[in-house]
Amino acid sequence: MPFEYAPAPESRSIVDIKASYGLFIDGEFVDGHGKSFKTISPSTEEVLAEVAEADEADVDAAVKAARKAYDKVWSKLPGRERAKYLYRIARIIQERSRELAVLESIDNGKPIKESRDVDIPIVAAHFFYYAGWADKLEYAGRGTDPQPLGVAGQIIPWNFPLLMLAWKIAPALACGNTVVLKPAETTPLTALLFAEICQQADLPPGVVNIITGAGGTGQALVAHRGIDKVAFTGSTEVGKAIARTVAGTDKKVTLELGGKAANIVFDDAPLDQAVEGIVTGIFFNQGHVCCAGSRLLVQESVAEELLARLKRRMSTLRVGDPLDKNTDIGAINSAEQLARIRELSAIGEAEGAGRWSPECELPTTGFWFPPTLFTDVTQAHRIAREEIFGPVLSVLTFRTPSEAVEKANNTPYGLSAGVWTEKGSRILSMANQLRAGVVWANTFNKFDPTSPFGGFKESGYGREGGRHGLEAYLK
Amino acid sequence: MSDRIDVRKTYKLYIGGAFPRSESAYSYEVRDSRGAFVANAALASRKDARDAVVAARKAFGSWSARTAYNRAQILYRIAEVLEDRRPQFVQAVVQSEGLSSSKAEKVVDAAVDRLVWYAGWADKITQVLGSANPVAGPFFNLSTPEPTGVVAVLAPQESSLLGLISVVAPVIVTGNTVVVVSSYDRPLPAVNLAEVLATSDVPGGVVNLLTGSAATVAPWLAAHMDVNAIDLTGVVGDAALATELEVAAADNLKRVRRAPAVEPDWSADPGLEPMTTFLEIKTVWHPIGV
Amino acid sequence: MTATPTILGSGLDEVTRSEASLRQFLHGLPGVDQVGAEARAAGLGTRSIKTTAKAYALDLAIRMVDLTTLEGADTPGKVRALASKAMRPDPADPDCPSVAAVCVYPDMVATVRETLGGSGVHIAAVATAFPSGRAALDIKLADTADAVEAGADEIDMVIDRGAFLSGRYQQVYDEIVAVKAACARADGPSAHLKVIFETGELQTYDNVRRVSWLAMMAGADFIKTSTGKVQPAATLPVTMIMLEAVRDFREQTGRMIGVKPAGGIRTSKDAIKYLVMVNEVAGPDWLDPDWFRFGASTLLNDLLMQRTKMTTGRYSGPDYFTLD
Repeated sequence: MPFEYAPAPESRSIVDIKASYGLFIDGEFVDGHGKSFKTISPSTEEVLAEVAEADEADVDAAVKAARKAYDKVWSKLPGRERAKYLYRIARIIQERSRELAVLESIDNGKPIKESRDVDIPIVAAHFFYYAGWADKLEYAGRGTDPQPLGVAGQIIPWNFPLLMLAWKIAPALACGNTVVLKPAETTPLTALLFAEICQQADLPPGVVNIITGAGGTGQALVAHRGIDKVAFTGSTEVGKAIARTVAGTDKKVTLELGGKAANIVFDDAPLDQAVEGIVTGIFFNQGHVCCAGSRLLVQESVAEELLARLKRRMSTLRVGDPLDKNTDIGAINSAEQLARIRELSAIGEAEGAGRWSPECELPTTGFWFPPTLFTDVTQAHRIAREEIFGPVLSVLTFRTPSEAVEKANNTPYGLSAGVWTEKGSRILSMANQLRAGVVWANTFNKFDPTSPFGGFKESGYGREGGRHGLEAYLK
Repeated sequence: MSDRIDVRKTYKLYIGGAFPRSESAYSYEVRDSRGAFVANAALASRKDARDAVVAARKAFGSWSARTAYNRAQILYRIAEVLEDRRPQFVQAVVQSEGLSSSKAEKVVDAAVDRLVWYAGWADKITQVLGSANPVAGPFFNLSTPEPTGVVAVLAPQESSLLGLISVVAPVIVTGNTVVVVSSYDRPLPAVNLAEVLATSDVPGGVVNLLTGSAATVAPWLAAHMDVNAIDLTGVVGDAALATELEVAAADNLKRVRRAPAVEPDWSADPGLEPMTTFLEIKTVWHPIGV
Repeated sequence: MTATPTILGSGLDEVTRSEASLRQFLHGLPGVDQVGAEARAAGLGTRSIKTTAKAYALDLAIRMVDLTTLEGADTPGKVRALASKAMRPDPADPDCPSVAAVCVYPDMVATVRETLGGSGVHIAAVATAFPSGRAALDIKLADTADAVEAGADEIDMVIDRGAFLSGRYQQVYDEIVAVKAACARADGPSAHLKVIFETGELQTYDNVRRVSWLAMMAGADFIKTSTGKVQPAATLPVTMIMLEAVRDFREQTGRMIGVKPAGGIRTSKDAIKYLVMVNEVAGPDWLDPDWFRFGASTLLNDLLMQRTKMTTGRYSGPDYFTLD
């Protein structure tokens, strides 16, 4: 008799989703002038709430509130006092971590074990880390009197909704800026809950403003004359549009965009850990990760053995209910994203790559895609070049270290890379040659508030995290 | 009075360590500050810009892989050779900028000193900008700055030597390679500098120097998909061109150093910003275990 | 030295020809990254096993227990009581399965045999100068033969860690082969051989992987983490490395080897984590007392308490289970 894991759902009774949400401007939830849109649970397609879509007037109101808060309150507050607000927020996030994790999994579709063990703990840690910087900025290596920029317009994606919010808001506030943040249209709920947390923390009104909406709202925010800074995480295409929009202005910009990371496995790698790293690299968060290890480059001499191990491991991945504590792969975030993953996968097959997925039953409602790998992929295949942003791995082979470097760097992106080998000097040599902002050696997809994150080339510019992350919010 | 006819120098471009004429075979008249004809300078074309980018890309791998100590010595060597040719550069600055000899001497001295200053940064910038990050887990985690790649630089129009040095040195000292478009009206110091570079152990292609019109060449550089960054310092006062170039630069998300409102005071302490704009922070993780 | 017949034809017979080839093979096995291995083990430990799955896991865990007493103060009375408990762990519940085996010192084997009779519960004896293994080979073999003769179904031997750590792999290999031979019984099937590594003394996961292969090639039926006398004893990551080894060994030779973590596993929660690991690392084929055991003493009572909680719906207490 097989060992069948019984359903182990996390209770959703801890979250209280309202029927509709307004915009969080100047410390209050207000009705928007614009229309509204629905946010759904991608695992069930159930409508969760009606959310206001901020129009230009709403954006203007939010920017004005942020400006007023900046001029009158936040820029005048000593760093040590700003720090205490951020510490408070970090603590409330820890206290309400279960609620935040459940809500994130419902709205985003990611497995509860990830929102619980990865997203929310790092969110709290990020606020805690930057809180401590607020009164130490003169030691950050940017001169003795670093100054905030003013009002930051921040736009975040749907893959790590609250985590990306933390990466944006924590350093901005620590440096003395105020913010207007727009969460992604498919995942607004944890940002709105964060607004409530700001209220609980008695954060002065206008320091954080959360406006919901889609691309149009984001464009209005980026183009608004009243902001001094744009911080964006999302697609390279939108990143380029933002760079064009701010051209000729004084707005400071940081962009954290797409990637097509190579995960390079040498024949002397710790193979079982490499398999884990490959799995974490591409199946973590359904592959909705800009730094995902979406290209496996494996040395030919060990390719067959590694693939056998990888396939066996993939067969143990559990796809399903995001709230089940044993789920490894949750729902694809939206119908639109699912369509893109399907399209690119079909192209992979049409271009002659070998498609494989383990047997796995997918739920009938919601958006689902099985963990998938493509073998016999070449650099010329579209699935080796384009970001799929889903649980789809392209497997390529190489023979020599220089070939591995060439293939790894042969992409317009440069966000991350992985190297697996037991030979120390080779790791350092590879790390030197890989044109990527983060190199994970014998590990993958690790994140920490102290560790700067960001890309080379078309993966964007600027860094988030660590001392380097302060640079984005200081002059 | 001698009846000997003096031998005039032909002013050419400097690309990949060689001194080609413009591929277009165009040139333009260079006049001194009082309007007297000095020489014909090569008018760089878009194809010259393209060739320069190819040369810069080719040189990038080995230049960025050199030790910081070696790059420091090479920049210091440039300073030595420049100092050695001081009279020639003083004359070029006098001719180009219309300064008195004594003021021109100060400019040349400042240019030499700036090179020395940047030479010293080669093996220190990593220590100043890098960090060991105490992540909450059993991982070694180190961040270090790395060169962005091929950088296009539009050199200042007025400060033809000190300004030029001040925008080129910070780019190459960290391991980038550069395609620089010199001052249109004042190209002589740039052309002379190319000769210094060619005799200062600077590998061919690390600095590629184009004389000519930024308005003509810069859009090609700004839109070039194999250029990683662009410094718009030279387009002071032309907001429309600066914006156009920044928009074009977005095609491959070049790092952009925006044009200042007015040409900077080049005698001021440059700070780190001229270097940091063209650096990428790379963070490497590795487990700590037995 | 002759290669053991079990690995003939698998390509591994060449490996055991000489000290040099053994070393080359063992050091050519893929390395183990400590941090990655521990993270994977911890990740498996977050599986949530509830309701029907938990009931299944608890019963399976009980059936996998090698109920153990290895004290200088052991007496016939004590081991008889233990053997009784092994057969009927929960006297109040006839549906409660019996454990896999009783594990004692060789001198207690005959006593246990009397109590267990034909119950199907096996007798395991620790032999070969347990726990240190510091004795001459002939003494270790005599120790083994005694236990087999007294009726042990399973022999838990210890390897010579000193020899292993100083790189004398051939010596360790030969000793296992010799003990395996001493497990033979003229009048019936050989006793099964469990080889104890004392992983707490081997320090690295690379060593655990190497010694696992060494023992499997030498003819071990089971590989076992620890004596219980050295800390750390069994851990999830060490067991995972061993499960990977038996998985890969079967892949290469077609032969299945059992795994036994021993020492330090005290709670049902821990035991279930091990079962999840067996399921997902080695595979469901190993979810059987023939292929996976827990070397434990106090674990059994916690399994019984949890089992009672599942059936009655309320938490039980130690007063309701026997102390043996």
